[in-house]
Amino acid sequence: MDISLTVNGRAHTVDVDPTSPLLYILSDTLGLRGPKFGCGLGQCGACTVIVQGRAVRSCVTPVRGMQGASITTLEGLGTVEHPHPIQQAFIDEQAAQCGFCVNAVIMTAKAFLDQQPHATEPEIREAMSSVLCRCFTHARMMRAIRKYAAHRAAAAEGGAR
Amino acid sequence: MSRLRMTPDAREALTRAGFSRRTFLKGAGVLLVGFSAAVVTEETGVAQRPGPFASQNAAIAGEVDSWLAIGRDGHVTAYTGKCELGQGMYTVQLQLVAEELSVPIERIHLIQCDTGVTPDQGTTSGSQSTPTNFNHRNLAQAAATAREALMGLAAGHLGAPVAALVLADGVIRVKGDASKQVGYGTLIGGRKFNLHVSPAARRKPQREWTVLGTSVPRVDLPEVATGTFEFVHNVRLPGMLHGQVVRPPAVGATLVHVDEDSVRGLPGFVTLVVRHNFVGVVCDTPWHAIQAARRLKATWTPGVELPKQADIYAHLRAQQPSRDLLVVDSGDVEAMLRQARTTLTATYLYPYQMHGSMGSSCAVADVKDGKATVWSPTQSAYPTRSGVAMLLGLPIDHVHVIFKRGSGCYGLNGADTVSYDAALLSQAAGRPVRIQLTRKDEMAWENFGYAYVIDQRLGIGPDDAIVAWDYEAWLPTFGNRPGYSRPGNVVTGFLAGFDPEPFEPRHATPPTGRFRNGSNVAPSYVAGCIGGACGGAGTIRSERVLTHTVKSFFFTGPLRSPSRLQNTFAHESFMDEAAAHVKADPVAYRLKHLSDTRLADVVKAAARRAGWETRPSPHAAVSRAGIARGRGIACVAYEGDNGYCAMVAEVEVDQATGRISPRRLVMAVDCGSISNPNGLRNQAEGGALQGMSRVLGEEVTWDDHRVTSVDWETYHSLPVGFDIPVVETELIDRDGVPATGAGETTITIAAAAIGNAVFDATGARLRQAPFTPERVKAALAARDGAAAAHAGVAQA
Repeated sequence: MDISLTVNGRAHTVDVDPTSPLLYILSDTLGLRGPKFGCGLGQCGACTVIVQGRAVRSCVTPVRGMQGASITTLEGLGTVEHPHPIQQAFIDEQAAQCGFCVNAVIMTAKAFLDQQPHATEPEIREAMSSVLCRCFTHARMMRAIRKYAAHRAAAAEGGAR
Repeated sequence: MSRLRMTPDAREALTRAGFSRRTFLKGAGVLLVGFSAAVVTEETGVAQRPGPFASQNAAIAGEVDSWLAIGRDGHVTAYTGKCELGQGMYTVQLQLVAEELSVPIERIHLIQCDTGVTPDQGTTSGSQSTPTNFNHRNLAQAAATAREALMGLAAGHLGAPVAALVLADGVIRVKGDASKQVGYGTLIGGRKFNLHVSPAARRKPQREWTVLGTSVPRVDLPEVATGTFEFVHNVRLPGMLHGQVVRPPAVGATLVHVDEDSVRGLPGFVTLVVRHNFVGVVCDTPWHAIQAARRLKATWTPGVELPKQADIYAHLRAQQPSRDLLVVDSGDVEAMLRQARTTLTATYLYPYQMHGSMGSSCAVADVKDGKATVWSPTQSAYPTRSGVAMLLGLPIDHVHVIFKRGSGCYGLNGADTVSYDAALLSQAAGRPVRIQLTRKDEMAWENFGYAYVIDQRLGIGPDDAIVAWDYEAWLPTFGNRPGYSRPGNVVTGFLAGFDPEPFEPRHATPPTGRFRNGSNVAPSYVAGCIGGACGGAGTIRSERVLTHTVKSFFFTGPLRSPSRLQNTFAHESFMDEAAAHVKADPVAYRLKHLSDTRLADVVKAAARRAGWETRPSPHAAVSRAGIARGRGIACVAYEGDNGYCAMVAEVEVDQATGRISPRRLVMAVDCGSISNPNGLRNQAEGGALQGMSRVLGEEVTWDDHRVTSVDWETYHSLPVGFDIPVVETELIDRDGVPATGAGETTITIAAAAIGNAVFDATGARLRQAPFTPERVKAALAARDGAAAAHAGVAQA
């Protein structure tokens, strides 16, 4: 079955098994490295992508429901040369060890803070309550997320003025 | 040799450095030449016995060319057998080479753990990477030797004595004469050093460091943060297929029949692979492989009946035969306990826990024409090469293992086993195969960290000092790291028909030789005396430490701080019980029994940093309801002498729900001279929080036949959004003191520090991990029950 998707601003039409989760289309058919298979059960966040501003767990999202969708992955945010502010915050805080969960943490936090730039600390924690990092880089990651939250809140203020 | 496939990284680095691949393979530092009688020594970090499959090139670790090559452009290519698993080893080894050679990091390319080109340093594990490569041998000493050789060459080239030369940025100049200078590229570019690593070469003293000892940011993080870093999960080859395995439905089940018709017509199905009890499928896409594995009809024997989880600790005690080890025995423990004013006894229980990697394990193999290449996240490139050779029936030099980073592992997750899976599937399919395990296959069949039952007894003398300490423990094992010759130590090799290392029962014999505390099986407070020579960190002379290793029904292996964590939980909690019994301050009481000054120093530093209030535990104002607050301390000399660490934990305990909320973890760490302070902090913080997760919630569970903790709802890892404590780390940098391991220090003491804080807050002692709300409530109830108020404490 042909599915048309826009991924990181680029249009693709791919011939895929419609029952396949979106993750495999992104990571295998399109060769993207951001979204990862962590559990295949929607429990850890490794596969998270952003669709219409929402964090979506692509490992449990059948691709057939994504016809025409516009999808952003971690590599769609910024580049090594020009990282997105939330990516820069993670680099600045050295907020990773093995790095496998970084996609989960950044994409979940970004989608949440872009929707709720004035979120409180408990609200941020709640948003991150089903995202895992088994290296337990939690303290640094939360620092990086707060840094982005401050940036986002400032941007929201700026926009309101 | 010409078939050797190099990574694009490696190839690019070599080309850039001015080597053609051909000359490189013939000349510099390469290793596919047969080395007779491999010398396998601990010096290279290879601790394996020589054997038919043992390392073939450990001997070359003595050659500078095995570690370093300098291109015509002056770029440096360095080779290491200690790979980046997330601990920052890649960056910090760049710093090491940059420092010793006085070359900017940007001009160095480091190739890690590739059996085509890097030295065999065994396994990247056991907090050994830093001690092995940063002290006076291996990579560090090779770089120092190279620098001295280059200075010598420059002296000849410039016609000036070495003493008149200065070195900076890979260029050697004559002091006071700017016209006389020469770069590394001119001196040796594209040629070999042909030098033995010299033990006499002078390392740069720490006070002269400008790169090492600084917090150089991780060079891989920009790619990681932007989703462009290539994990092993991202390796894609032309014509690559996708595999899945079908593991037995129960522990001990063996294959009776497989019905190939059940999958033959499925979309994308390529082949079914059966070898002994190993079953796998290969398809065109990952999703099709998952479907086929699910639909495959296979008949298995019922397997074994597992002991009830509730009875596991009694089961371990009852296992016969056992492999017994007396680590130390002064021979007078029973007598001293009888004479003591007071005797304390307690039993500590620790469950099976798992690595539970965030990403399930993945590997890619390409087996054809009698040669195999495996892209693997293994921590053991060369041992994995041997295991794959054995599984595939190939000569060892026809197998090439290339390390590619996987999800953080902390010991032995599915990385080795999935490498075998990929190799078996690719061999059968005749095409490259990638496999990433399902969450369940990762969690149900990995090599779990050891469960433990630990009986402790100690005697207190008239002056309140501990006069005798007796420890006896039971732990189950089955399998392990495969090493160079035991692919059956992990599930794939086992299913494919290879035996795990045999369980060899033996009776304990009196300890001989030097006292070693590599598994922290002895508490820090005993003197550790064997034959009059004492190697312990403490003062207690009456001591006995006895372990019984019994057979496990699950695979077991080294999970971060293996045994050290379980033992230290028991020792540091029990020390706290003793301090409380004599109403002594837990810090002061520890210091009273320590002879090791480095350990004492971290205890003092953590207490000072935490603002420790000197008083006995529990807190005088303990209330029996509501939120209780307290603090506890624990410390360890990791492996006896491989890193020193103390932690003060401050916790809140909700006595209604039994929930523990750590609020602050303050650590002091002494790992000798520090190579990268921020990297060390990252390790200390991560270890502390991982230790907190392990002690608050992690426990492998099972039913009559199978593991039931197979996902993140059934195995409880604290999420990023958990209300984490403030974490503070004080680093003690010891100028010129050999660098020790670091990554396993803080995790080792988190359980005891938190348990001791709970006791301080509530007066309830937690002796069984994890500290689930139910267990906390049970301990609180025991505290409140008059008869149980002194549970486990017998007045002598």
